[in-house]
Amino acid sequence: MHELLSQTRRNFLTSSACGLGAAGLASLLSDDGLLAADAASPLATRSTHFEPRAKSCIFIFMAGAPSHLDLFDPKPKLNQLHGQPMPDEQLKDVRFAFIKKDSVRLMGSKRKFRRYGECGTQFSDFLPHIGSCADDLLLVRSLHSQQFNHHPGQLLMQCGRGTFGLPTMGSWINYGLGSETRDLPGYVVLTSGRGSSGGATLWQSGFLPSLYAGVRFRTSGEPVLNLSNPSGLPPQLQRKGLDVLRQVNGNRLVEQRDPEIASRIASYELAYRMQTAAPELIDLSSETRATHEMYGVDRKEIRKGGRGKAGNTYQSFARNCLLARRLVERGVRFVNLVYASWDHHSNLDNELAYNTHVVDQPIAALIKDLKQRGLLDQTMVVWGAEFGRTPLGENRGGRPDVTGRDHHPFSFSMFLAGGGLKGGLVHGASDDIGWGVADKPVHINDLHATMLHSFGLDHLKLTHRFQGRDFRLTDVGGHVVTDWLA
Amino acid sequence: MRGLSLSALSLFLLLGMAHTATAEEQLPPPAKKTVDFNKDIKPILAKHCVGCHGAKKQESGFRLDTRDRTLAGGDHGVAFAVGQSVKSLLIRYVGGLDPDITMPPEGDLLSRTQVGLLRAWIDQGAKWPKGIRIGGPARVHWAYTPLKRPDPPKLPPALAAKVRNSVDAFILARLAAKGLALSPVADRHTLARRLSLDLVGLPPSPEEVDRFVDDKTPDAYRRLVDRMLQSRHFGERWGRHWLDKARYADSDGYEKDRPRPNAWRWRDWVIDAVNRDMPFDQFTVEQIAGDLLPDANENQVLATAFHRQTLTNTEGGTDKEQWRVEAVFDRVETTGAVWLGLTVGCARCHSHKYDRISQREYYQFFAFYNNGDEVNSNVVTSSDAHKKFTRDSVAHRQQLAKLEKSLATARSKLQPAFQTWLDKQLRALKVVRKDPIRDLPLTGLSATGSADIKLAVQKDNVVLASGPNPDTAVYTLSGRIEAPSFSGLRLEVQPDKSLPKNGPGRASNGNFVVTGLKVEISANESFDKATELKLVQGRASFTQDKFPAANALDGKPKTGWAIAPQMGKPHNATFFLAKPVALKGPQHLRVTITQNYGGTHTLGRFRLVPLTGNQQGLGLPQPVLAAFEAYRKNADDKKASAVLLDHFATVDKTTGPLIKKLAEARKKAPKLPQMSVRVIRQRTKSPRTTFLFQRGDFLRPQKAAPAIPAGLGVLPPVQPRHKDPKRLADRLDLARWLISDDNPLTPRVAVNQTWGHLFGRGLVRTINDFGVRGDKPTHPALLDWLATEYRRLKWSRKALIRTIVLSAAYRQTSVTSEVLAAADPQNTLLGRQNRIRLQAEIIRDNSLTASGLISRKIGGPSVFPPMPADVAALSYANNFKWNPSKGADRFRRGMYTFFKRTAPHPNLTTFDCPDSNTTCVERQASNTPLQALTTLNNEVYVEAAQAMAQRVGGEKHADDRGRLTRAFRLCVSRPPSSKELDGFAGLLGAARKWYTGHADDAKSLVGNYSTKGTATDESAAWVATCRIMLNMDEFITRE
Repeated sequence: MHELLSQTRRNFLTSSACGLGAAGLASLLSDDGLLAADAASPLATRSTHFEPRAKSCIFIFMAGAPSHLDLFDPKPKLNQLHGQPMPDEQLKDVRFAFIKKDSVRLMGSKRKFRRYGECGTQFSDFLPHIGSCADDLLLVRSLHSQQFNHHPGQLLMQCGRGTFGLPTMGSWINYGLGSETRDLPGYVVLTSGRGSSGGATLWQSGFLPSLYAGVRFRTSGEPVLNLSNPSGLPPQLQRKGLDVLRQVNGNRLVEQRDPEIASRIASYELAYRMQTAAPELIDLSSETRATHEMYGVDRKEIRKGGRGKAGNTYQSFARNCLLARRLVERGVRFVNLVYASWDHHSNLDNELAYNTHVVDQPIAALIKDLKQRGLLDQTMVVWGAEFGRTPLGENRGGRPDVTGRDHHPFSFSMFLAGGGLKGGLVHGASDDIGWGVADKPVHINDLHATMLHSFGLDHLKLTHRFQGRDFRLTDVGGHVVTDWLA
Repeated sequence: MRGLSLSALSLFLLLGMAHTATAEEQLPPPAKKTVDFNKDIKPILAKHCVGCHGAKKQESGFRLDTRDRTLAGGDHGVAFAVGQSVKSLLIRYVGGLDPDITMPPEGDLLSRTQVGLLRAWIDQGAKWPKGIRIGGPARVHWAYTPLKRPDPPKLPPALAAKVRNSVDAFILARLAAKGLALSPVADRHTLARRLSLDLVGLPPSPEEVDRFVDDKTPDAYRRLVDRMLQSRHFGERWGRHWLDKARYADSDGYEKDRPRPNAWRWRDWVIDAVNRDMPFDQFTVEQIAGDLLPDANENQVLATAFHRQTLTNTEGGTDKEQWRVEAVFDRVETTGAVWLGLTVGCARCHSHKYDRISQREYYQFFAFYNNGDEVNSNVVTSSDAHKKFTRDSVAHRQQLAKLEKSLATARSKLQPAFQTWLDKQLRALKVVRKDPIRDLPLTGLSATGSADIKLAVQKDNVVLASGPNPDTAVYTLSGRIEAPSFSGLRLEVQPDKSLPKNGPGRASNGNFVVTGLKVEISANESFDKATELKLVQGRASFTQDKFPAANALDGKPKTGWAIAPQMGKPHNATFFLAKPVALKGPQHLRVTITQNYGGTHTLGRFRLVPLTGNQQGLGLPQPVLAAFEAYRKNADDKKASAVLLDHFATVDKTTGPLIKKLAEARKKAPKLPQMSVRVIRQRTKSPRTTFLFQRGDFLRPQKAAPAIPAGLGVLPPVQPRHKDPKRLADRLDLARWLISDDNPLTPRVAVNQTWGHLFGRGLVRTINDFGVRGDKPTHPALLDWLATEYRRLKWSRKALIRTIVLSAAYRQTSVTSEVLAAADPQNTLLGRQNRIRLQAEIIRDNSLTASGLISRKIGGPSVFPPMPADVAALSYANNFKWNPSKGADRFRRGMYTFFKRTAPHPNLTTFDCPDSNTTCVERQASNTPLQALTTLNNEVYVEAAQAMAQRVGGEKHADDRGRLTRAFRLCVSRPPSSKELDGFAGLLGAARKWYTGHADDAKSLVGNYSTKGTATDESAAWVATCRIMLNMDEFITRE
């Protein structure tokens, strides 16, 4: 059934005539008629493969890859072995970005871990707020990836494979489910920190039409590019102009009988609604003072750090977290919160302290806020990066001052919350020194398969034919991790 | 295998080793009898194997239906060596010895007897009677069948009358079979706009349209077509189609995404080749293998940049080989998609499930590209620039000749003045000789540094700095000298192991900058009555570009003497006083060395040597001094006097300026307008051998069986041009194979792409997929006729396009009649034209043209039209600044916008411009609110509305309706209906009403585009109206 739907959808998108009979044309011109056109619209809501638990997703993407060993995965054994060389046989076949194999040593973590909540899950002292949500979190300590470098790794995390030209998660989910908002895009991106390795490719729609690409809401100026009328053009004249446009386009539709013109009319109307809805969305004045404080929207830059960042990242990230809640409240399907950078090859202690301080409070606030509003059940919050960081000290250029960690795709951690997933659970484990996965490995394809499952989508059936192949988010892999499902 | 731990891997290896020891014991023994293939073997293969490994399907690229194929093996390697069944992979799989693979995977396993029979068959020579094939041959997929030219269908006279050329006969025949006919021809306004948008990508001017509408001659349309084909903008329009396929961009891609400032040069090659109508076969050969052509010229080498559009990953810590291989993969897959319409990418990891491309074939194809190295090559920037260079060179040579002549004349009169000068110089030299420049001993040296820098005085007064290393420093050295005169000092710098890069400076690269030198002399140690001596002249053994020794004396805080790139070597600089000073008795000397440049550019190891003696009177370069010496000894030394005369000529008041002028003129010689471009060059030294990569992983080559360059099995074989069997086929053979007479796929794919651009979709709907999963052609005979026609037209792109656009089918209206809406809603039968949403670049070009803003300049470096700053900031670590172009470059055609892969211009991507990371043979045309917001509110579109209002406002029109008609026609060529006019007149009225009372709004909306003689509120009303016209669906649609 779904294949049929997606086939129809494909035809709708790529053909200039999808066969609306002449009889249907006249009705397309009335208000209700535009709604009728919406039913065939690529953004109309779709039925799922099975009962969905999640309706929307907030993906908090920590571009650059924070050190999971200093945040989520305590390794007492590694601390004991601090300064010792790594066994040769483990190093033999491994590639590094910057590490020199001959002089490399294990590096313990300076962080103190403590148990949180009834579940007693351990989190680092850098994450007291997130720790306080422990009973709602599903912490996965056994993720692995095969991409060693940032950009391919980030593509793998977003698209299921480390290559270009593929749709991102948000595109797939909107493609599969349609949009539940008539006034906003179904896939919104919020960025702060510094530019990420992947740039705009992290919310691309790949071979899916650009309709499914993420729309970036900006942190300053107009919230969406080109949202505001040109200076000197008042709203009433905008409405009048669009009325004339609608009339002219409508006449054309009658003459040409091309339903694509009806879609065009609908797009202009949605654009018009967005012009009101988006500014309303980003206006936080209706939020209570308590909410502002909970997220830390007005926090000052308390610590120094954040190499290469733009602006006050404390405020921009907190604001983005609050906006994420407002977006899902309004029916936006997928929010990608991108924050860079965590690429701490050196100066790890200071940079990690800074960046965790930026994100810890707002993320915890988001989870708690969703919960108290009864939205957490249907909103999946995912926190993750393209990979983790190595238990070895980085000795780039053989330098003696080891202050950072290199990339590490072989084992790393992520956490999820809500959206029909279990809370207070730790899934999988890395080995004693955090090098490889010791228990219940989860590949990113498995993560995606499970996420889609919560949305009621079968990852094997959500496909799109491109260049002769039926592509899916999970590439050629993916197993649903049933242990996670609540 | 993902996530397999190391210990599990070693366990696996151990088991593997155990296997060879026991294979003989575990396997059933070979049958004792002499096997009969037909009776004993064929039934086993037919029943258990060929279903998956035969003509229809080739799991793992292996088939057992013929002897050759069986012996060739598959993705896992060779199935068996004749006579050695015990080591055979085939036997291992069917015998159940492999822990992962047992064959057959479903259904009954082979019995021990059957395995024994197979073993015996292998051991007895694997005899397979000639001509025996198990299972029937597979039906050949339509796309791979040989190309034959079909005759156009015969039509009854009534229909035949509608035929304008053979294209129509094919289409009419199919329509007639369904009781349908062609739609009427589109009106002339529409035709003119359609042709102009399709062929040159710009809308026609209303005047051009009128000329065509009023042209009553029978060949008016044909002449219009020919005009369009000759337009220089044709190369832009059709070149851009090609750039999509080539994944052309102006940056590297991946994280760092560095700019490629010279990428445009190949883009211009494409525009030029398309404009010159370079035949598609030559176009193919030059781009795939231009470097391998005999005596390849620089343009043919430049053409290979097609395959340099691949991405480059310069992220820290990347494995170069991984990304080299990745680029070669992309070349293979792009070639497959663009020329063959095939997705070969799947076969990178495993044999293709559907398209019968085995993994081995993939790597045979890969082998063609594996020895194409990424290099740079020089090419002239443009032929215009080269022509100018030739002209300028001639003029320059003439100018030099003139100057040389006047200099020669002046020099011939120089002798008397020379003699006078010579005598004077010789007298001065005597003084110097008595008291030459020499070192003075410096005793009791002490040295102190600012900011706690430690300065240790070592043997021979060598000073070594250590300790804190601040950005800037001041060193103070003092000691005693005793001599009749003091004339300057020499600063020697020396390398030292304790310094960064061995010094001599303390900057991270070993460099330093001496920005100031102060010399004081004092009779006492306290320097309370010290005299400062002014240094005036500096010379150094080496100076860094723009850092001469004299800069240390210029009094400016940041300029000075430095030595990059000669770090790690000793150097010195000598500084003189204007005149030696006489000293009375022992004196204290204090020298302050300022190093104010910053970034720790301070001295690390150095030595200061005071000088005495007389350097006065000459200040001449060393060779001239030597010539004086020689001349003094022997006044007949001709060589010496020639040197001296030459030198004199440079200082003489008549010849000196002439020499200077000549030198300056020489410096201004026009430079050959050359630039470096990225191209492909065949590797000759240590060529690479290609191996299959298991699962496409470059770290897992299957070294046992190298892949030899070869084509795809579904097509006729590649014919290497070298007859020597030892020479492998190369890229040139590949290129010629693609366009060879017996390759049916390339012309089918090429004409289908062309058709797609002119009808909005291909005759094969899946333009990117001619494989078995793709759509079948809607008009197979027409496709083949066009494919053969393309060859007959000697691969002329223009001739092919001309044929198609001259057809009646192309000229039909795009209106869907009620009949067609019911009978053929998808327009499969082509009973009308299709409407095409214009491409991203063209939408912008259209607005700029309607407003008159467009710059029609063709080619040259990419440009930077305005873009919000936060878009560029999305690229990695905000490493990219977008400096908006000024003047006409703001309004260049969209195809010239600098394409940064990780932060492309939103005006392009919003309208489905491909991301340039992989090849794109067909663009999407989506329909989104962001598009509406772009054309309503984006800076460039608002500017177009302003300029358009100014344009029509400045023209003479009878009334509003006349002016509105003009504006409307600038947008969509045709005159508006009265209903449409009413609509826009209503908007104009409403806008007027608003702006009469809102002067500030009016001023803002009009911006910089006020109209002379028109009130601002009136102009604003027109801007508001033009803006909506520029958003009509028809405006961004090719009807």
